[in-house]
Amino acid sequence: MTIITVTDATFQAEVEAADLPVVVDIWATWCGPCKAIAPVLDQLADEYAGRVKFVKIDADQNPKAVTAAGVTSIPTLGFYQNGTRQDLLIGAHPKPVIATKIERLLA
Amino acid sequence: MTEQRTELVIVGSGPTGYTAAIYAARAGLAPVVLAGSVTAGGSLMTTTEVENFPGFIDGIQGPELMEAMRAQAERFGARIVYDDATALDLVGEVKTATAGSGDVYRARAVILATGSAYRKLGLPEEERLSGHGVSWCATCDGFFFRDQNIAVIGGGDSAMEEALFLTRFASKVTIVHRRDEFRASRVMTERALANPKIEVTWNAEVTGIIGDEQVSGLRLRDTLTGAESVLDATGVFVAIGHDPRSELVAGQIDTDADGYVLVEHPSTRTNLPGVFAAGDLVDHTYRQAITAAGTGCAAAQDAQHFLSHTLPTIQRDALLEVSA
Repeated sequence: MTIITVTDATFQAEVEAADLPVVVDIWATWCGPCKAIAPVLDQLADEYAGRVKFVKIDADQNPKAVTAAGVTSIPTLGFYQNGTRQDLLIGAHPKPVIATKIERLLA
Repeated sequence: MTEQRTELVIVGSGPTGYTAAIYAARAGLAPVVLAGSVTAGGSLMTTTEVENFPGFIDGIQGPELMEAMRAQAERFGARIVYDDATALDLVGEVKTATAGSGDVYRARAVILATGSAYRKLGLPEEERLSGHGVSWCATCDGFFFRDQNIAVIGGGDSAMEEALFLTRFASKVTIVHRRDEFRASRVMTERALANPKIEVTWNAEVTGIIGDEQVSGLRLRDTLTGAESVLDATGVFVAIGHDPRSELVAGQIDTDADGYVLVEHPSTRTNLPGVFAAGDLVDHTYRQAITAAGTGCAAAQDAQHFLSHTLPTIQRDALLEVSA
Protein backbone atom coordinates (compact mmCIF):
# COMPACT_ATOMS: atom_id res chain seq x y z
CA MET A 1 0.00 0.00 0.00
CA THR A 2 1.29 3.40 -0.85
CA ILE A 3 1.78 6.22 1.59
CA ILE A 4 -0.50 9.14 0.78
CA THR A 5 0.87 12.67 0.81
CA VAL A 6 -1.32 15.06 2.79
CA THR A 7 -1.20 18.82 3.28
CA ASP A 8 -2.60 21.35 5.72
CA ALA A 9 -5.61 21.57 3.36
CA THR A 10 -6.31 17.82 3.26
CA PHE A 11 -5.24 16.87 6.79
CA GLN A 12 -8.74 17.02 8.24
CA ALA A 13 -10.29 14.84 5.54
CA GLU A 14 -7.43 12.35 5.19
CA VAL A 15 -6.44 11.98 8.85
CA GLU A 16 -9.06 13.25 11.26
CA ALA A 17 -12.04 11.94 9.27
CA ALA A 18 -10.42 8.64 8.30
CA ASP A 19 -12.20 5.36 9.08
CA LEU A 20 -8.97 3.52 9.81
CA PRO A 21 -6.31 4.35 12.39
CA VAL A 22 -3.73 6.64 10.76
CA VAL A 23 0.05 6.93 11.08
CA VAL A 24 1.22 10.43 10.12
CA ASP A 25 4.86 10.86 9.16
CA ILE A 26 6.04 14.45 9.61
CA TRP A 27 9.17 14.80 7.51
CA ALA A 28 11.19 17.20 5.37
CA THR A 29 13.49 16.93 2.39
CA TRP A 30 16.55 18.12 4.32
CA CYS A 31 16.12 15.63 7.17
CA GLY A 32 18.50 12.65 6.96
CA PRO A 33 16.83 10.50 9.63
CA CYS A 34 13.47 11.09 7.88
CA LYS A 35 14.91 9.51 4.74
CA ALA A 36 16.32 6.68 6.85
CA ILE A 37 12.93 5.66 8.23
CA ALA A 38 11.08 6.02 4.90
CA PRO A 39 11.75 2.41 3.78
CA VAL A 40 10.69 1.13 7.20
CA LEU A 41 7.39 3.01 6.89
CA ASP A 42 6.91 1.60 3.38
CA GLN A 43 7.29 -1.92 4.76
CA LEU A 44 4.90 -1.23 7.63
CA ALA A 45 2.36 0.30 5.22
CA ASP A 46 2.45 -2.99 3.28
CA GLU A 47 2.21 -5.14 6.37
CA TYR A 48 -0.73 -3.21 7.81
CA ALA A 49 -2.49 -2.61 4.47
CA GLY A 50 -6.25 -2.47 4.96
CA ARG A 51 -5.93 -2.07 8.73
CA VAL A 52 -3.93 1.12 9.14
CA LYS A 53 -3.64 4.13 6.85
CA PHE A 54 -0.21 5.72 6.36
CA VAL A 55 0.20 9.34 5.32
CA LYS A 56 3.12 11.75 5.19
CA ILE A 57 3.22 15.51 5.48
CA ASP A 58 6.11 17.80 4.54
CA ALA A 59 6.91 20.03 7.54
CA ASP A 60 8.40 22.68 5.31
CA GLN A 61 5.21 23.22 3.29
CA ASN A 62 2.61 22.62 6.00
CA PRO A 63 3.25 24.74 9.09
CA LYS A 64 -0.28 24.31 10.46
CA ALA A 65 -0.02 20.57 10.92
CA VAL A 66 3.42 20.89 12.47
CA THR A 67 2.27 23.55 14.93
CA ALA A 68 -0.71 21.37 15.82
CA ALA A 69 1.58 18.44 16.54
CA GLY A 70 3.57 20.63 18.94
CA VAL A 71 6.89 19.17 17.92
CA THR A 72 10.22 20.73 17.07
CA SER A 73 11.95 17.56 15.92
CA ILE A 74 11.58 15.39 12.87
CA PRO A 75 11.02 12.70 11.99
CA THR A 76 7.93 12.56 14.17
CA LEU A 77 5.18 10.00 13.80
CA GLY A 78 1.67 10.83 14.98
CA PHE A 79 -0.76 7.97 15.68
CA TYR A 80 -4.41 8.93 15.12
CA GLN A 81 -7.69 7.22 15.75
CA ASN A 82 -11.23 8.58 15.38
CA GLY A 83 -9.92 12.06 14.66
CA THR A 84 -7.69 12.41 17.71
CA ARG A 85 -4.03 11.83 18.23
CA GLN A 86 -3.39 8.95 20.59
CA ASP A 87 0.38 8.85 20.55
CA LEU A 88 3.53 10.50 19.26
CA LEU A 89 6.92 9.03 18.41
CA ILE A 90 9.73 11.53 18.05
CA GLY A 91 12.95 10.68 16.23
CA ALA A 92 14.09 7.81 14.00
CA HIS A 93 13.28 4.52 15.70
CA PRO A 94 13.76 0.92 14.53
CA LYS A 95 10.85 -0.93 12.98
CA PRO A 96 9.84 -2.96 16.08
CA VAL A 97 9.43 0.26 18.10
CA ILE A 98 7.11 1.75 15.47
CA ALA A 99 5.24 -1.55 15.11
CA THR A 100 4.61 -1.66 18.86
CA LYS A 101 3.00 1.79 18.69
CA ILE A 102 0.80 0.64 15.78
CA GLU A 103 -0.24 -2.51 17.65
CA ARG A 104 -1.22 -0.37 20.61
CA LEU A 105 -3.34 1.73 18.27
CA LEU A 106 -5.08 -1.41 16.99
CA ALA A 107 -5.57 -3.00 20.40
CA MET B 1 14.24 -15.96 10.24
CA THR B 2 17.24 -17.51 8.63
CA GLU B 3 20.69 -18.53 9.66
CA GLN B 4 23.58 -17.54 7.47
CA ARG B 5 27.24 -18.39 7.46
CA THR B 6 29.80 -15.85 6.32
CA GLU B 7 33.50 -15.14 6.81
CA LEU B 8 33.16 -11.73 8.40
CA VAL B 9 30.41 -9.67 9.99
CA ILE B 10 30.89 -5.92 10.34
CA VAL B 11 28.62 -4.22 12.87
CA GLY B 12 28.14 -0.54 12.08
CA SER B 13 28.08 1.57 8.94
CA GLY B 14 29.84 4.86 9.56
CA PRO B 15 33.19 5.63 7.91
CA THR B 16 34.71 2.82 10.00
CA GLY B 17 32.24 0.10 9.03
CA TYR B 18 32.06 1.03 5.35
CA THR B 19 35.83 1.38 4.96
CA ALA B 20 36.30 -2.00 6.64
CA ALA B 21 33.69 -3.35 4.23
CA ILE B 22 35.47 -1.91 1.18
CA TYR B 23 38.80 -3.49 2.18
CA ALA B 24 37.31 -6.81 3.29
CA ALA B 25 35.16 -7.09 0.17
CA ARG B 26 38.11 -6.31 -2.09
CA ALA B 27 39.98 -9.08 -0.31
CA GLY B 28 37.21 -11.45 -1.33
CA LEU B 29 35.71 -11.94 2.12
CA ALA B 30 32.17 -10.94 1.04
CA PRO B 31 31.44 -9.35 4.43
CA VAL B 32 27.97 -8.86 5.82
CA VAL B 33 27.49 -5.34 7.18
CA LEU B 34 24.80 -4.88 9.81
CA ALA B 35 24.27 -1.25 8.91
CA GLY B 36 21.40 -0.35 11.25
CA SER B 37 17.72 0.00 10.38
CA VAL B 38 17.54 3.76 10.81
CA THR B 39 21.12 4.67 11.67
CA ALA B 40 22.78 3.42 8.45
CA GLY B 41 25.61 5.72 7.43
CA GLY B 42 26.25 6.78 11.01
CA SER B 43 26.48 10.23 12.47
CA LEU B 44 27.67 11.92 9.26
CA MET B 45 24.14 11.37 7.92
CA THR B 46 22.92 14.28 10.03
CA THR B 47 25.74 16.68 9.25
CA THR B 48 25.98 19.08 6.37
CA GLU B 49 29.28 20.07 4.84
CA VAL B 50 32.35 17.95 5.61
CA GLU B 51 35.26 20.24 4.80
CA ASN B 52 38.23 18.20 5.96
CA PHE B 53 37.83 14.78 4.36
CA PRO B 54 40.83 14.54 2.04
CA GLY B 55 40.14 14.51 -1.67
CA PHE B 56 37.17 16.86 -1.71
CA ILE B 57 38.54 20.29 -2.49
CA ASP B 58 35.22 22.08 -2.00
CA GLY B 59 33.96 19.81 0.76
CA ILE B 60 31.24 17.22 0.49
CA GLN B 61 27.87 16.75 2.18
CA GLY B 62 28.03 14.13 4.96
CA PRO B 63 25.18 11.97 3.59
CA GLU B 64 26.69 12.11 0.09
CA LEU B 65 30.06 10.91 1.40
CA MET B 66 28.43 8.00 3.23
CA GLU B 67 26.36 7.00 0.20
CA ALA B 68 29.54 6.90 -1.87
CA MET B 69 31.30 4.71 0.72
CA ARG B 70 28.34 2.34 0.81
CA ALA B 71 28.21 2.06 -2.98
CA GLN B 72 31.96 1.45 -3.10
CA ALA B 73 31.66 -1.38 -0.55
CA GLU B 74 28.77 -2.94 -2.48
CA ARG B 75 30.69 -2.69 -5.73
CA PHE B 76 33.23 -5.16 -4.32
CA GLY B 77 30.62 -7.54 -2.97
CA ALA B 78 29.88 -6.40 0.57
CA ARG B 79 26.34 -7.24 1.61
CA ILE B 80 24.66 -4.36 3.43
CA VAL B 81 21.83 -5.42 5.74
CA TYR B 82 19.68 -2.52 6.92
CA ASP B 83 18.93 -3.93 10.30
CA ASP B 84 20.17 -3.50 13.87
CA ALA B 85 22.32 -5.99 15.70
CA THR B 86 20.22 -6.91 18.72
CA ALA B 87 22.57 -9.53 20.18
CA LEU B 88 26.20 -10.47 19.68
CA ASP B 89 27.89 -13.62 20.93
CA LEU B 90 31.60 -13.10 20.40
CA VAL B 91 33.24 -15.54 22.78
CA GLY B 92 33.47 -18.83 20.87
CA GLU B 93 35.28 -19.68 17.65
CA VAL B 94 32.10 -19.06 15.68
CA LYS B 95 30.60 -15.71 16.53
CA THR B 96 26.91 -14.99 16.08
CA ALA B 97 25.19 -11.70 15.38
CA THR B 98 21.41 -11.58 15.68
CA ALA B 99 19.55 -8.93 13.73
CA GLY B 100 16.28 -7.22 14.61
CA SER B 101 14.49 -9.42 12.05
CA GLY B 102 15.62 -12.51 13.98
CA ASP B 103 18.08 -13.49 11.25
CA VAL B 104 21.31 -14.93 12.65
CA TYR B 105 24.70 -14.39 11.03
CA ARG B 106 27.55 -16.72 11.92
CA ALA B 107 31.16 -15.83 11.20
CA ARG B 108 34.65 -16.56 12.47
CA ALA B 109 35.53 -12.87 12.53
CA VAL B 110 33.63 -9.78 13.60
CA ILE B 111 34.55 -6.12 13.29
CA LEU B 112 32.86 -3.86 15.80
CA ALA B 113 32.28 -0.39 14.37
CA THR B 114 29.24 0.81 16.27
CA GLY B 115 30.66 4.26 16.93
CA SER B 116 29.20 6.54 19.53
CA ALA B 117 25.92 8.09 20.59
CA TYR B 118 25.12 11.64 21.66
CA ARG B 119 25.70 12.23 25.33
CA LYS B 120 22.72 13.48 27.26
CA LEU B 121 22.76 16.22 29.86
CA GLY B 122 21.26 13.88 32.42
CA LEU B 123 18.58 16.35 33.52
CA PRO B 124 15.12 15.08 34.48
CA GLU B 125 13.33 17.43 32.02
CA GLU B 126 15.48 16.37 29.09
CA GLU B 127 13.49 13.29 28.05
CA ARG B 128 10.09 14.94 28.52
CA LEU B 129 11.01 17.99 26.44
CA SER B 130 12.94 16.05 23.81
CA GLY B 131 11.31 16.92 20.51
CA HIS B 132 9.53 19.82 22.18
CA GLY B 133 12.47 22.19 22.09
CA VAL B 134 15.30 19.88 23.09
CA SER B 135 17.16 18.52 20.07
CA TRP B 136 20.28 16.63 19.06
CA CYS B 137 20.13 17.30 15.32
CA ALA B 138 20.52 20.87 14.09
CA THR B 139 20.14 19.94 10.43
CA CYS B 140 16.83 18.17 11.16
CA ASP B 141 15.27 20.62 13.56
CA GLY B 142 16.84 24.05 13.06
CA PHE B 143 14.00 25.01 10.74
CA PHE B 144 11.47 24.88 13.59
CA PHE B 145 13.19 27.73 15.41
CA ARG B 146 12.96 30.43 12.77
CA ASP B 147 13.42 33.89 14.36
CA GLN B 148 13.71 32.41 17.84
CA ASN B 149 16.44 32.30 20.48
CA ILE B 150 18.38 29.06 20.54
CA ALA B 151 20.88 27.75 23.06
CA VAL B 152 23.63 25.36 22.01
CA ILE B 153 25.27 23.52 24.88
CA GLY B 154 28.87 22.44 24.41
CA GLY B 155 32.29 23.70 23.41
CA GLY B 156 33.63 21.30 20.80
CA ASP B 157 33.59 21.32 17.00
CA SER B 158 30.10 19.82 16.96
CA ALA B 159 28.77 22.64 19.12
CA MET B 160 30.39 25.27 16.85
CA GLU B 161 29.06 23.57 13.73
CA GLU B 162 25.53 23.35 15.15
CA ALA B 163 25.61 26.97 16.34
CA LEU B 164 26.79 28.21 12.95
CA PHE B 165 24.20 26.16 11.11
CA LEU B 166 21.43 27.39 13.41
CA THR B 167 22.22 31.05 12.65
CA ARG B 168 20.48 30.44 9.32
CA PHE B 169 17.19 30.24 11.20
CA ALA B 170 17.55 31.73 14.67
CA SER B 171 17.47 35.39 15.63
CA LYS B 172 20.15 34.63 18.22
CA VAL B 173 22.22 31.59 19.14
CA THR B 174 23.81 31.42 22.59
CA ILE B 175 26.56 28.88 23.10
CA VAL B 176 26.58 27.76 26.72
CA HIS B 177 29.92 26.36 27.79
CA ARG B 178 31.09 25.28 31.21
CA ARG B 179 34.68 26.46 30.76
CA ASP B 180 36.29 29.76 29.72
CA GLU B 181 37.59 28.46 26.41
CA PHE B 182 36.36 26.13 23.70
CA ARG B 183 37.76 22.70 22.99
CA ALA B 184 36.84 23.23 19.33
CA SER B 185 39.43 23.69 16.59
CA ARG B 186 40.69 27.20 16.02
CA VAL B 187 39.03 27.59 12.63
CA MET B 188 35.62 26.60 14.01
CA THR B 189 36.03 28.73 17.14
CA GLU B 190 36.98 31.80 15.13
CA ARG B 191 34.11 31.29 12.74
CA ALA B 192 31.62 30.99 15.61
CA LEU B 193 32.93 33.98 17.53
CA ALA B 194 32.92 36.13 14.40
CA ASN B 195 29.27 35.42 13.67
CA PRO B 196 27.11 38.40 14.72
CA LYS B 197 24.20 36.13 15.66
CA ILE B 198 26.28 34.05 18.07
CA GLU B 199 26.84 34.94 21.72
CA VAL B 200 28.70 32.90 24.28
CA THR B 201 27.92 32.34 27.94
CA TRP B 202 31.18 31.13 29.45
CA ASN B 203 31.66 29.17 32.68
CA ALA B 204 28.03 28.17 32.80
CA GLU B 205 26.58 24.84 33.79
CA VAL B 206 23.03 23.91 32.79
CA THR B 207 21.10 22.96 35.92
CA GLY B 208 17.63 22.76 34.44
CA ILE B 209 15.44 23.09 31.36
CA ILE B 210 12.37 25.27 31.83
CA GLY B 211 9.06 24.47 30.15
CA ASP B 212 5.88 22.42 30.53
CA GLU B 213 4.84 21.55 26.97
CA GLN B 214 7.63 23.41 25.19
CA VAL B 215 11.04 24.68 26.20
CA SER B 216 11.10 28.33 27.26
CA GLY B 217 14.54 28.63 28.81
CA LEU B 218 17.52 27.20 30.63
CA ARG B 219 18.59 27.48 34.23
CA LEU B 220 22.30 28.20 34.44
CA ARG B 221 24.81 28.29 37.26
CA ASP B 222 28.07 30.19 36.98
CA THR B 223 30.83 27.67 37.67
CA LEU B 224 33.07 30.35 39.23
CA THR B 225 30.67 32.41 41.33
CA GLY B 226 27.81 29.94 41.77
CA ALA B 227 25.39 32.67 40.63
CA GLU B 228 22.15 31.34 39.15
CA SER B 229 20.54 32.80 36.05
CA VAL B 230 17.92 32.05 33.40
CA LEU B 231 18.58 32.10 29.67
CA ASP B 232 15.53 32.63 27.46
CA ALA B 233 15.54 30.09 24.65
CA THR B 234 12.84 28.11 22.89
CA GLY B 235 15.30 25.67 21.40
CA VAL B 236 18.10 23.76 23.11
CA PHE B 237 20.64 21.82 21.09
CA VAL B 238 22.81 19.47 23.09
CA ALA B 239 26.35 18.93 21.75
CA ILE B 240 28.33 17.95 24.83
CA GLY B 241 30.05 14.96 23.35
CA HIS B 242 29.54 11.28 22.72
CA ASP B 243 29.69 7.96 24.50
CA PRO B 244 30.81 4.71 22.87
CA ARG B 245 27.99 2.39 21.81
CA SER B 246 29.43 -0.68 23.50
CA GLU B 247 26.34 -1.83 25.42
CA LEU B 248 25.88 -4.90 23.16
CA VAL B 249 29.37 -6.20 23.90
CA ALA B 250 29.77 -5.09 27.50
CA GLY B 251 30.62 -8.07 29.67
CA GLN B 252 32.04 -10.11 26.78
CA ILE B 253 34.89 -7.89 25.76
CA ASP B 254 37.38 -5.72 27.61
CA THR B 255 36.45 -2.05 27.77
CA ASP B 256 37.84 0.83 29.78
CA ALA B 257 35.93 2.56 32.56
CA ASP B 258 34.19 4.85 30.05
CA GLY B 259 32.97 1.93 27.91
CA TYR B 260 35.47 2.30 25.06
CA VAL B 261 36.54 -1.09 23.67
CA LEU B 262 40.19 -1.82 24.38
CA VAL B 263 42.42 -2.94 21.51
CA GLU B 264 46.07 -3.94 21.20
CA HIS B 265 47.31 -0.74 19.60
CA PRO B 266 48.42 -0.25 16.89
CA SER B 267 46.34 -3.25 15.82
CA THR B 268 42.56 -3.40 16.16
CA ARG B 269 42.59 -6.76 18.00
CA THR B 270 40.40 -6.98 21.09
CA ASN B 271 40.96 -9.48 23.89
CA LEU B 272 38.76 -11.99 22.02
CA PRO B 273 40.37 -13.86 19.08
CA GLY B 274 38.64 -12.98 15.83
CA VAL B 275 37.00 -9.85 17.21
CA PHE B 276 38.30 -6.48 16.07
CA ALA B 277 37.17 -2.98 17.00
CA ALA B 278 37.75 0.38 15.34
CA GLY B 279 36.53 3.94 15.00
CA ASP B 280 34.75 5.98 17.66
CA LEU B 281 33.96 2.83 19.63
CA VAL B 282 37.68 2.72 20.47
CA ASP B 283 38.89 6.26 19.95
CA HIS B 284 38.85 8.73 22.86
CA THR B 285 40.94 11.29 21.12
CA TYR B 286 40.69 11.93 17.40
CA ARG B 287 37.12 10.99 16.47
CA GLN B 288 37.29 12.18 12.86
CA ALA B 289 35.73 10.63 9.77
CA ILE B 290 39.19 10.07 8.33
CA THR B 291 40.67 8.47 11.46
CA ALA B 292 37.58 6.28 11.74
CA ALA B 293 38.02 5.24 8.12
CA GLY B 294 41.73 4.60 8.73
CA THR B 295 41.13 2.26 11.64
CA GLY B 296 38.30 0.58 9.72
CA CYS B 297 40.87 -0.23 7.04
CA ALA B 298 43.24 -1.59 9.69
CA ALA B 299 40.46 -3.74 11.17
CA ALA B 300 39.68 -5.27 7.78
CA GLN B 301 43.33 -6.18 7.29
CA ASP B 302 43.60 -7.58 10.81
CA ALA B 303 40.46 -9.66 10.22
CA GLN B 304 41.76 -10.87 6.88
CA HIS B 305 45.07 -11.86 8.48
CA PHE B 306 43.26 -13.67 11.27
CA LEU B 307 41.02 -15.57 8.87
CA SER B 308 43.86 -16.67 6.62
CA HIS B 309 46.20 -17.69 9.47
CA THR B 310 43.84 -19.52 11.78
CA LEU B 311 42.16 -22.54 10.34
CA PRO B 312 38.81 -23.45 11.79
CA THR B 313 39.19 -26.17 14.45
CA ILE B 314 36.98 -28.55 12.54
CA GLN B 315 39.08 -28.24 9.40
CA ARG B 316 42.33 -28.53 11.37
CA ASP B 317 41.10 -31.75 12.99
CA ALA B 318 40.35 -33.15 9.56
CA LEU B 319 43.89 -32.27 8.44
CA LEU B 320 45.38 -33.99 11.51
CA GLU B 321 43.45 -37.14 10.69
CA VAL B 322 44.86 -37.16 7.19
CA SER B 323 48.46 -36.72 8.38
CA ALA B 324 48.03 -39.42 11.04
